[in-house]
Amino acid sequence: MEPQKHMSRIPFRDALQTLADARKNSDVVITNQGSARVWPLIATHPLDFHFNPSTMGGAIPLATGLALAQPERNVIVLSGDGSLLMSLGSLVSSVAARCRNLTVILLDNDRYDVTGGQDTAATDLNMRFDDMARAVGFESVSTYCDGPHWQRDVESVLQATGPRFSWLKVEAALPDDMKTPPEPMWKQQSRFHEALNA
Amino acid sequence: MLFTGEEIVDELTQIGVTHAIWIPDNTLGAWEDALVSAASIELLRICREGEAWPMAAGLVMGGRTPILIMQTTGLFESGDALRNILFDLKVPVIAIIGARNWLNADSRDTAKTYAEPILNAWGVDYRVVASEKDKPLVNEFLSECLQDQRSGIILLAE
Repeated sequence: MEPQKHMSRIPFRDALQTLADARKNSDVVITNQGSARVWPLIATHPLDFHFNPSTMGGAIPLATGLALAQPERNVIVLSGDGSLLMSLGSLVSSVAARCRNLTVILLDNDRYDVTGGQDTAATDLNMRFDDMARAVGFESVSTYCDGPHWQRDVESVLQATGPRFSWLKVEAALPDDMKTPPEPMWKQQSRFHEALNA
Repeated sequence: MLFTGEEIVDELTQIGVTHAIWIPDNTLGAWEDALVSAASIELLRICREGEAWPMAAGLVMGGRTPILIMQTTGLFESGDALRNILFDLKVPVIAIIGARNWLNADSRDTAKTYAEPILNAWGVDYRVVASEKDKPLVNEFLSECLQDQRSGIILLAE
């Protein structure tokens, strides 16, 4: 795939639905920012943790810590492009930590969704996040800009040698989907802790 | 330097630390070989201090016992991450912060000037370790924090 700014994109909700359908029961899913608002509308699971409000760029380090602490589980983290741009070095730190059970799903819509859709510094650059992930040392890197291919490959993406990085070019989330914040983190904590240690 | 690498590894091992998340400065950096060699501690190198707090939170949530090791400059840089993890997510994290130029009485280094005011502003409990007689505080204070599941910082004079 050659994702460019004006190429097709996966509808935001569809990208998440495909992932929700493919995740295994033992997989941990960490969302934040836009994905933290949309994911709860399509899926609920005791091993979901919606890191919101989160320091931007914090989801990948949080997921890295969880992956290190729970090496028997796959930890899937959803990050927007704006959040990743805040902490590009976190990709390096994750690979350096040798987290083979970590999957980073980059939801790239070329904008800051939660603040109203402003451009990021990278919007006009056609940045190759997949090349960046390869250069850092992610073992498995994939790129998708259409729903059918993402749906076809998602299971193999999640089972590939880790750490894994999948770059999804997505549409902006639907405004109505962004209106409801997820359950407060303090309410999620005990449920998530119990599920992790079950 | 108040602690050699071997001494700090001994302290951290005694209190059950499993992971040390760090960015060194030229004082803390002397601990590298000992931390790498520590049998029960995994050294995690990060790129910027803002990563440290959420990474530690993930480890704590997953049942491990991390400690952050960074300089005061890194504490300042990572303020939003600290706020988010300690006060929004409410995950307790312990840290050793190297206090740059603390032992230099004539220093006008603003990293020294603002160290305690910043910690006080955040409301993070801390202890200053600035002399040989203070050294037992590392074990005592951090053990208490872990036992009580609360955050705490050792401000280690440099």
